[in-house]
Amino acid sequence: MSRQFMKGNDAIVVGALQAGCRAYYGYPITPASEIAHAASLHFPALGGTFIQAESEVAAINMVYGTAGMGIRTMTASSSPGFSLKQEGMSYLAGAELPCVVVNIQRGGPGLGNIAPEQADYFQVVKGGGHGNYRLITLAPNCAQEMCDLTSKAFDLADKWRNPACILADGFIGQMMEPVEVPEAKEIPFDHSDWCVRGDAETHKNLVSSIVLEPEDLEAHNFKLHKKYLEIQESEVLFEDYKTEDADLVVVAYGITSRVVYSTIDQARELGLKVGLLRPITLWPFPSEKLAELAADGTKKFLSVELSTGQMIEDVKLAVNGKCPVELYGRCGGVVPGGEELIQRYEEIMNGKPISDGGVR
Amino acid sequence: MKTTTKATAFYNVFERKGGPHKETTHYCPGCGHGNVHKMIAEAMDDLGINDKTVFVSPVGCSVFGYYYFDCGNFQAAHGRAPAVATGIKRANPDSVVISYQGDGDLAAIGTAETLHAANRGENITVFFVNNAIYGMTGGQMAPTTLIEQKTATTPRGRVESEHGNPIKMAEIISTLPAATYVERVAIGNSKHIMKARKAIRKALKNQVENRGYSFVEILSVCPTGWKMDSPDARDWLTDQMIEAFPLGVYKDESSEREDGWYRDVKPFVPAELNKYFGVNAEADVAPVDLKKDLFCKFAGFGGQGILTMGLFLAQIGMRADHNVSWIPAYGPEMRGGTANCSVNVSNKRIGTPLVERPNVMVAMNLPSLEMFEKDVVDGGVILVDSGIVDKTPDTDRLDVVMIPATEIADEVGTPKVANVVMLGAMIAATDAYSLDFVSETLKVVVKKKNLIDMNLAALQRGYDFVKNGS
Repeated sequence: MSRQFMKGNDAIVVGALQAGCRAYYGYPITPASEIAHAASLHFPALGGTFIQAESEVAAINMVYGTAGMGIRTMTASSSPGFSLKQEGMSYLAGAELPCVVVNIQRGGPGLGNIAPEQADYFQVVKGGGHGNYRLITLAPNCAQEMCDLTSKAFDLADKWRNPACILADGFIGQMMEPVEVPEAKEIPFDHSDWCVRGDAETHKNLVSSIVLEPEDLEAHNFKLHKKYLEIQESEVLFEDYKTEDADLVVVAYGITSRVVYSTIDQARELGLKVGLLRPITLWPFPSEKLAELAADGTKKFLSVELSTGQMIEDVKLAVNGKCPVELYGRCGGVVPGGEELIQRYEEIMNGKPISDGGVR
Repeated sequence: MKTTTKATAFYNVFERKGGPHKETTHYCPGCGHGNVHKMIAEAMDDLGINDKTVFVSPVGCSVFGYYYFDCGNFQAAHGRAPAVATGIKRANPDSVVISYQGDGDLAAIGTAETLHAANRGENITVFFVNNAIYGMTGGQMAPTTLIEQKTATTPRGRVESEHGNPIKMAEIISTLPAATYVERVAIGNSKHIMKARKAIRKALKNQVENRGYSFVEILSVCPTGWKMDSPDARDWLTDQMIEAFPLGVYKDESSEREDGWYRDVKPFVPAELNKYFGVNAEADVAPVDLKKDLFCKFAGFGGQGILTMGLFLAQIGMRADHNVSWIPAYGPEMRGGTANCSVNVSNKRIGTPLVERPNVMVAMNLPSLEMFEKDVVDGGVILVDSGIVDKTPDTDRLDVVMIPATEIADEVGTPKVANVVMLGAMIAATDAYSLDFVSETLKVVVKKKNLIDMNLAALQRGYDFVKNGS
């Protein structure tokens, strides 16, 4: 196996190409630009397409064009750029086009800064564009997963005819780690029944999100809804580290899950029975697992995120009032340290209010 | 409009159209879209391209183009048709892609997409139906609305000082070097229509022959939006619109561009990818023991090779089959005159890549020492470039190595290898890996092969300084 040392952002491009992605459309933005750099190097070298689009809006619509041809395609950006793509995301979801979109989150709102944050959770997981739709959302926390989950995102997108999102943060994008490049294999999906390839076989097909008659549009929405329910039932991924006997279950994804992971054994040495539940899919969210952990009402839960509290809403919905759910959030590029977190674990487990009210 | 004889590029029955009347279009009486659709369909028939044509319908009255054209169809977001067309054409350069747009779509909300598709010389055909008004949304001002023309949003008429002027897209696009063919035609009378038919055919033929980007602006009528009957509308087009938008060929390099704009793409061939990324290549791994996990913070000025030093260590650890991570200073750490990185080398899975409490620290300038010394764990190793930093860390608490790394590097040949002198010293001070192993790995990871010898000499000098004091 080929093990290469690479940035998380570069690993995304490798994972995409190995999954059969043939066209990349993007616009420069820190801290996601390395993805475009790597794509501009590799896609043309392999007979694929790279276009630096005139805008994020154009990039996502180029994705719409290529995805509608039944060909694997992607775009990547960071928070402000991802906001600009929302119109296109809604059209892609409405027209049921498989593709992969990447958001390497940075600090907001507005221009914010270029440091990592996790404050686009609502935008990505709850909507962002108009209308009833969902994005399959994967949250890698290392360079290997940046590669592997990007490949997986293409499979999920094809399987469900739905856009899939890689939601990472500036740290996971900038960090370098060894990556085992996965083997490229034939794509086991055939889109001839709906895609438009510009050939005789598909020339009766239509790629569209317009459904004029109210009853028809309602039926379309119900069909999408049914699909989303099926995805929720079958595609949840998470990592469980010592939650079984934990008194405190910490929920974290991306860079914060790495920091939390480092604290679990340290906290246990101090007598604090802590575990980590890391959602790998943010949508569908591992609600069932959390509900199971909360069922007997004896545990406490803590959401650690680089926001003022977004994922915590899904944790609360899953826990459904059975156990207390607390928040510890940092923003603007500040990442909590391990010692800082362990102090919060102690406070929660001793029934004290979290310093600074949980959000500093 | 009752359709009697139809081009084969039209469906016989418009099944996608709702309601009972599936043989008539949704357009208003007297609308120009019917004429333009007909000319396009006939050109498609003539060129025999029905199967490979992909028609992109925008937002506007022509949003339902897919009701009528018997070819591959895309419906696109408002103004985005040229970007969608780009994504289609690049995916299959053998398709024939038509971006059919109205004035609001092409010249207002989609101006950027319009200009940049033309500027890239996309091998597509753009039909721009300019009727000087927004039809679908109820007769508002278009970017091409004439001065003094009354619309739902210019009830007192369009005024230059308030609304600007009608925008001339054919003229603008003709200034772009990559555009091949730009012409403005009209459908006011039968003479116009003959010219329009020719232009439409040529714009499609250009694409089939890979001659690049063709743009045909068609001055059309909107009797409903203009609040006129059909004959008056045709007269108004002929008398008023053509004055504002002169007809003619604005650019034509068709004859010089045969097959020049075909952008070939290859299909996905897994074996080629696997070869390209060396998936089945033998991994260069030489497992050795790691006595102690390394949590490192390397810091100094930008330009001292601090980040590269971290990369070298991480790659040494990777080759030894240990878990490694490298991350440059990012966020608040970027302030304060220090370029720095965190490197973890561990037998265990690495949690946070951010090193909060280093057990190995390299300081190559004073701000770095002052910022990070306090974070180093008791008994940790701290290496300081003594030629640059005029301060010794706490020797009671820490294992301190003062080494004139930059001066030694100078002696080796260039101060640029001070980072590798420091790496040699660090290896010696921590006994993490053997000098031989590190030397072997550097031979692989140093990118400029003519600099390998100098790097190895620097490594040796740093190592010897710690082990032998010289």
